[in-house]
Amino acid sequence: MSRTARLWLFGAAAVVIAACFAAACSGLPSFGTTTHPYGERAVAAALRQRTANAVSSVNFDLRAFDTLGEESILFASVLGATMLLRLARDERKNVPGPERVLPSTRLFGALLLPVTLLVGVYIVAHGQLSPGGGFQGGVVLATGLHLAYVAADYLVLKQVRPLEVLDIADALAAGAFTALGVAGLIVSGAFLHNFLPLGTFNQLSSGGLVPVINAAVGIEVGSGVIVLLAGFLDQAVEISEAGRGPAAPDAKDA
Amino acid sequence: MAIFPFLVSGWILLVGVFGLVVSRDLIQAIGCLSVAQSSTYVLLLAIGYRRGATAPVYADLPVGSPVVDPVVQALALTDVVVGATVTALLLALVIQLRKRHGTVDPEQLTGLRG
Amino acid sequence: MPGTEALLPLAVAVPLLGAVVLALAGRWLPRLAIDGLTTVLAAADMMCLALLWARTGDGRAVSWLGGWTPSKGESVGIVLVADRLGSGLALLVATLVLAVVAYSWRYFDEPSGEKSGTFPALLLLFEAGMCGFALTGDLFNAFVFFELMGVVAYALTGYRIEDPRPLHGALTFGIVNSLAAYCSLLGIGLLYARTGELGLAQLGRSLDNHGRDALVVCAFVLVLTGPLVKAAVAPFHFWLPDAHAVAPTPVCMLLSGVMVELGVYGTARIYWTVFAGPGGIPQPAVRTTLLALGVGTALIGAVMCWQQRNIKRLLAFSTISHIGLFLSGVALLAPEGLAGTALYVAGHAGAKAALFALTGVLLDRYGSVDEHGLHGQARDLPVLGVLFALGGLALAGLPPFGTGLGKAIAENASEHELWWFPGVFILVSAVTGGAVLRATLRVFTGAGPSPSERPGEPETTGEGEEPEIQGPSRKIPLPMLAVPGVLLLGSLLVGVLPAVGRSLADASRLFISRPGYTGAVLRFAVPSAQTPPSTGWTSSGVLLGFVSSVLAVAAALTAVRASRGRRSAQLNHRLVLPLRRLHSGLLGDYVCWLAVGIAVLLTALTAQTRW
Repeated sequence: MSRTARLWLFGAAAVVIAACFAAACSGLPSFGTTTHPYGERAVAAALRQRTANAVSSVNFDLRAFDTLGEESILFASVLGATMLLRLARDERKNVPGPERVLPSTRLFGALLLPVTLLVGVYIVAHGQLSPGGGFQGGVVLATGLHLAYVAADYLVLKQVRPLEVLDIADALAAGAFTALGVAGLIVSGAFLHNFLPLGTFNQLSSGGLVPVINAAVGIEVGSGVIVLLAGFLDQAVEISEAGRGPAAPDAKDA
Repeated sequence: MAIFPFLVSGWILLVGVFGLVVSRDLIQAIGCLSVAQSSTYVLLLAIGYRRGATAPVYADLPVGSPVVDPVVQALALTDVVVGATVTALLLALVIQLRKRHGTVDPEQLTGLRG
Repeated sequence: MPGTEALLPLAVAVPLLGAVVLALAGRWLPRLAIDGLTTVLAAADMMCLALLWARTGDGRAVSWLGGWTPSKGESVGIVLVADRLGSGLALLVATLVLAVVAYSWRYFDEPSGEKSGTFPALLLLFEAGMCGFALTGDLFNAFVFFELMGVVAYALTGYRIEDPRPLHGALTFGIVNSLAAYCSLLGIGLLYARTGELGLAQLGRSLDNHGRDALVVCAFVLVLTGPLVKAAVAPFHFWLPDAHAVAPTPVCMLLSGVMVELGVYGTARIYWTVFAGPGGIPQPAVRTTLLALGVGTALIGAVMCWQQRNIKRLLAFSTISHIGLFLSGVALLAPEGLAGTALYVAGHAGAKAALFALTGVLLDRYGSVDEHGLHGQARDLPVLGVLFALGGLALAGLPPFGTGLGKAIAENASEHELWWFPGVFILVSAVTGGAVLRATLRVFTGAGPSPSERPGEPETTGEGEEPEIQGPSRKIPLPMLAVPGVLLLGSLLVGVLPAVGRSLADASRLFISRPGYTGAVLRFAVPSAQTPPSTGWTSSGVLLGFVSSVLAVAAALTAVRASRGRRSAQLNHRLVLPLRRLHSGLLGDYVCWLAVGIAVLLTALTAQTRW
């Protein structure tokens, strides 16, 4: 199909889709409506389960099975991406050299790194109380660690990033989530049942299983994202085709 | 305009798909896929909005105060994770493709046809 | 011994845990131990699902996760539901995964030693995704598992990173399928806004309290976009041949054998539970539209299948054309059509997976899957040739293969209302079976003249493939011959054992009983359903099966003998070549067709629906 033909065809399809979607939207309850049957039931259930953050309650208690699927997707894509970004038969690894960094950048990174990691841990730990949770905190943790790359160089990052351990932690955390589900099955006959004592509302230990799953997700996301990024950074910094020199410098800036 | 936010989500979807149709760069195409996906965030969050309500977190709210729908927010969160991981995987494929084929232009990938 | 309700989540949890175990153990254990462990884990999940299948009987097993059982018909949790079609499909998934694990025992030269668990771990995650999709009773949860199987499939398709074609195929596969999944999610959003529910049963019940309007039609089309793209229904099918031609053989067995069929299953499940009521889409509109899609897909797939010389791509197009038949069977919206399709899917899974497995042996031995390049090369492998021919005949619907029985029942299901309906089935199965037989004759007997090159035509040869294992000169490992043999036997047993047909007939009756489903999920009294259709062999069914097989053999013999005449060359130039040019391999084209497909569905259904 020529590009012009493709554009015309898409244009025609887009007009139809736009018209139908607009007609569909006119049948929706108006923006800001007060009727949310499932939402109201979920809020009530979250309060009964003594989980202050209703979103976390939905994610880790009411619809925890969705989150299990979602974490399995993350696990699968970490496995898949490391498999795809493996060393091909005709490639080799280079040893990256140390890089020169502005002292101010270095200082800024050294100050910010511990703060960021602390923020990440806080966000994971308070997932059942305040906005945030395992996923958000895990991403903060993972990206925070890469300040070591920005503020120092790849060698330093490799020192603060025990890849082997993180890889194992990722798998263990993914397994722990499923195992908690099976534990619920054994203890009270329903998969992923919230079988722990619910604690006191608005306390760090409230919500029963919610903070536990939250922590598992935090560990999985944190370590998974680091492993994922390591695969990409390896491609940019370390791996080159056989017979060629080290990776082009512009690849490092990217 | 009571349906304006919903229409925005349809617009974002079509813009993303348009980008995928005309894109000459696979990295850009994956970006367009993410754009198309953001339409789902907008739609979900727009559906969950409730006039005069606040975030569904009762840590510093009196119990019983109106909050927006937490279910769609949880769905959007799941959606974000799915989108991020799919993007990572697709980018990994593009990296290897660039190495093997020397191009990121989808119009030049003609090894599979007929 | 776990209770029946516990088996549903366990069917998903076992492979998930297994994947973790393999990913970890792959660091320390040797290859052989990993292979053994994978086999045990795959067998465990199969046992779990076999038990579920046996216990489900002719009822439904319902499991509310997290213990969120409904009170007053309302719940905040996710439900898993197994009726015999759902659990049967999950059982088929588990069986094929076990077969694939056995097949790939000696298959791969793994990437560097420490990651030897990655491939089997991904296989188990794939299994978890497919089982979850087959068992879930919640629309958003279905989206999550849909994406899980998608993500794993993209990664597995691009497994051979040394060759650009697998990467290209995987990328197209990933982008098109993800886009379709996001369309589904938009549809789920629309439904949630209208009803405030996510469970299939609750959605259906709530839709019936509202009127039928543009929103319902739009949501229906958007939600079904995901399953229809996964099912590779024309014009959403373009990604499939590109992905299947390049994926590693064990992965192809799963993709073609059962993942694509899950798309049809998803379409049927969502239609009957959510949209079949008075607030949904009118039955005649759905029937006409799906029937048109199905027949179109079947014909396009058959034409394209006949044109291929890359055997894997040939098999991929034959899958597309069979999917068209499955969708047509479902589109009759009758228990007979559904029961026939279910049998057909089971028989097809065995035959198609076996054919892919046998093609893998060719790839292993000769580093090529090109019908022309391999002309007469495999004369010294008679066993392989016989199995290949049997696979072709099974695709053509030779009695008593399960494909033949399923085909016969589905053909009869139109009740002579659509006189052309059996004709499409016969034509399509004869052409797809004939294409496989043609390749068999050329590759294993060297029959006919060596095919001439056709310059200027867009085509994908099967040459220059990297052998997937090292040392092509070794003896063929036993599992690589035994597994296809067993799979073909399975396909035969589906047709021979009357018990299979009977339980699937029961299952299809249950499947389309919407009040029954809603009642079982939300726990109120279940009205009794109608009588199950009969699923035995009939004389006309046997006859039609033989007709299509004979036609397939005749087509193959003619194709091998005759060089192309001038009239057929003209026909080829006018009709077939433009169709082949549409399969351009370009991402932009494929996404454009996706948009066109959605637009066509929207127009067709809007035009046929009376508000």
